[in-house]
Amino acid sequence: MDKVEPKKILISPVTRIEGHAKITLQLDDKGEVSDARFHVNEFRGFETFCQGRLYTEMPTITPRICGICPVSHTIASVKACEMIQGIRPAHTGHLLRKLMHLGQNISSHALSFFHLSSPDFLLGYDADPAVRNIIGLAQQFPDIARRGIRLRQFGQEISERITGKKIHAMGIVPGGMSFPLTEENRKALLAWIPEVLETARIGIGIIRRFQEEHQEMVGSFANFPTHYLGTVGPEGELDLYEGNLRFMHADGTILQDQVPPEQYLQWIGERSVSWSYLTYPYYKPLGFEEGRYRVGPLARLNVASRMKTPKAQEEFLRFKAIGDGQPVHGTFYYHYARLIETLGSIEQIEQLLHHPDITSTDIQLHGRWNYPEGIGHSEAPRGTLFHHYVTNDSGQLQKVNLLIATGQNNPAMNRAVLEVAKQYVKGDALQEEMLNRVESAIRCYDPCLSCSTHALGQMPMVVEVYDAEGRLLNSRTR
Amino acid sequence: MERKKLATIWLGGCSGCHMSFLDIDERILELASLADIVKSPVVDGKSLPPCDIALVEGSVTSDEHREELFHIRKQARILVSLGDCAITTNITGMRNYFRTADVMRNAYQDAASNDRVGNYPDDPQLLKLNDKVYPLHELVKVDYMIPGCPPHADTIFYVLSALLQDREPDLDRVKKIKYG
Ligand code: SF4
Repeated sequence: MDKVEPKKILISPVTRIEGHAKITLQLDDKGEVSDARFHVNEFRGFETFCQGRLYTEMPTITPRICGICPVSHTIASVKACEMIQGIRPAHTGHLLRKLMHLGQNISSHALSFFHLSSPDFLLGYDADPAVRNIIGLAQQFPDIARRGIRLRQFGQEISERITGKKIHAMGIVPGGMSFPLTEENRKALLAWIPEVLETARIGIGIIRRFQEEHQEMVGSFANFPTHYLGTVGPEGELDLYEGNLRFMHADGTILQDQVPPEQYLQWIGERSVSWSYLTYPYYKPLGFEEGRYRVGPLARLNVASRMKTPKAQEEFLRFKAIGDGQPVHGTFYYHYARLIETLGSIEQIEQLLHHPDITSTDIQLHGRWNYPEGIGHSEAPRGTLFHHYVTNDSGQLQKVNLLIATGQNNPAMNRAVLEVAKQYVKGDALQEEMLNRVESAIRCYDPCLSCSTHALGQMPMVVEVYDAEGRLLNSRTR
Repeated sequence: MERKKLATIWLGGCSGCHMSFLDIDERILELASLADIVKSPVVDGKSLPPCDIALVEGSVTSDEHREELFHIRKQARILVSLGDCAITTNITGMRNYFRTADVMRNAYQDAASNDRVGNYPDDPQLLKLNDKVYPLHELVKVDYMIPGCPPHADTIFYVLSALLQDREPDLDRVKKIKYG
C-alpha cells in the first residue's frame, strides 16, 4: 500500500505532544474502508543494548521491559540462563517462582479488569469519561473498587513478601530463588485467600451479567477467526509457568501439540512493517497472510483441554460452551477468560502455600556457563513470551531475540480496528461511537503498550481517514 | 484549600513507576480527595490542562517525548522526575552506547525470528528516535526527583501528599529511598 504518498498529514499539535494512539484508515475508490493501520509508537532497543553484557545480568535487565509483567520476563530470562548452564532450578526455588508468577498474573489481570475495564461495564460506556475510571467507580461502587484494588495488592504482595519488593524484584535467579518464604509470610498470604476468591467470583459475576445483557454486542464485537497459541502441561491443562506450546487452528483442530518452546523458531516468524514499531508475528507453516494467531487469556483457554483447579474448571466448562465445540473468537471474551485465569491462579496459590516444602530453604542451585545458547519462555499475562540469547564463550551476549506477548496480538489488534472501522465508518465521517468501539476493541487485548500508546485507561487517540489518492479527508482526536 | 490538579505522564519507561504509583493501593482514594487527577494513563488520557503537579516517568527517547516534555513544563507548576529512567536514563539510556542504525537493524531485520522481507518502521506517523536518550533535567527544569526503579509506593505517596498540601517533602524522613 505504498502506492501514493499522503499529500497532507495533519496531526494537531496536541496529539503530537501527548502520546496518542494513532490509527489511519484507508478508503478505496468507492469510499469504503479498505485498510486500517494501528501505529504502535515506542521503542527502546533491548535486543541491542544487552549485547556485550553477561547473560546472568539479563534476569535483572529484562524485567525493565515492562512494569506490569516483570516477573514473566524474569522467568523467561532465568530459564534461558539455565539452558545455557544446563541446570534445573532447586525444588523449592521452583515452587516459589511459580508463586511469584501467579501473583503477577493476578495483579495484572486485576488491573486490566477492575481498574481499567469494569468502569465501562458498571458505569456504562456512555458515562462521562472523567469518571469512567477506578476513582469514579469508587464513588458509585465503593465495595467493588476496593475489592479490585485489594486483589491487585494481593498479587503484588506475594512478590513483596518473598523478595521485599513489588516491582522489578531481585531474587529470581538462574538455579532457583535467592530468598525463601518465611512461615510468617506464608500465613499472612494464606489469610488473603477467602477474600480474593470472593473478589474473583464477583468479577466473574459482573462479566457474565454483562455478557447476558448485551448478547448481541458481545457476540458480534470484533468476532473474527484467528489461530491460537498457548502453553499447556502434559495433559493439555492450562499452564502459565511451564509446559509446551500448542497451536490451534481457527476451526479448532490442533495444528501442533507439545512443541518444546526451544523450537519456537521453527513455528513462528515475524515481519517488520513500516507503520509500527511492533512487528507482525505469524505461524510460519501458514505464512504471513494466513498465519495470524492470537495469544493471551482467550487463546490459552481456547487451546487448553482443561484447567488445573476445580473452581476454575467449572467456569472453564461454561466458557467452552460459548464456542460449542469451536474456539471462542469474540474479542470481548478476553475479559471473561482473564477472570477465569484469575480464579485458577488464586486456587493454585492456595495449593502452593499448603505445599509441605514451600518454606524450605532448598531454593538455589549454582551453575556455570556451559552452552552458548539459551531459550526461555513463559506465559505472561498477555500471552506467550520468548527470550533467546546467544553468548560467546565468556558468557557475553552476542545476540538477543525477544518475542513479546503483545507483539503477537498485533496483527489481530490491527484486524480488530479494521473490522470496527468497516462497520462504523461510511465515507469520511468519523463518529465518536467509532472511536469508542476502536478503543474498546484494542483494550480487550489489554495491550501492554509499554511499547506504545502509553495509555492504560481512556485511550487518547487520533484517527485519520485517507482517500484512495492518499489525501487526508478527516481527522478526529480525543 | 483549593483542590489541586495532579497529572502523571509516561515517556520512555516501562510503566513500572506508574505501577508503583498504583501500589499505594487504597490510598489513591485519599489522593483523589485532595486533588483531581487531570491526566494519567491509569485514569484518563485527555489533553493536559495547566496543573499543579506533574509526575513524569521515563526518559526522553524521541522528538515527540521532547516536545511533550516542554509542553508539560509549560503546563505544570511543579515537575517531578519519577524514577531512575527520568533521572539517570537508567536502562532506557543503555541505548546511548550504540548507533541508532544498529539498534534498528538488530530489532527489525537481524532478529532471529525476523523473516527479513519487511520494512523498517519509518512511517511519518511514528516518532523519530533521538540518537541520544536524555534524562528530564537535561532538557527542562525539574523541581523534585524521586529515585528508584521504581520508587517505593510509600515514597511516592509521601511526596505527593506533602506537595498537595503545600508542604516541603523531607526526603530524609523517607525510609526506602535509593536508586535501583
Ligand atoms: S525507573 Fe525502572 S520502573 Fe521506572 S520506568 Fe524506568 S525501568 Fe521502569
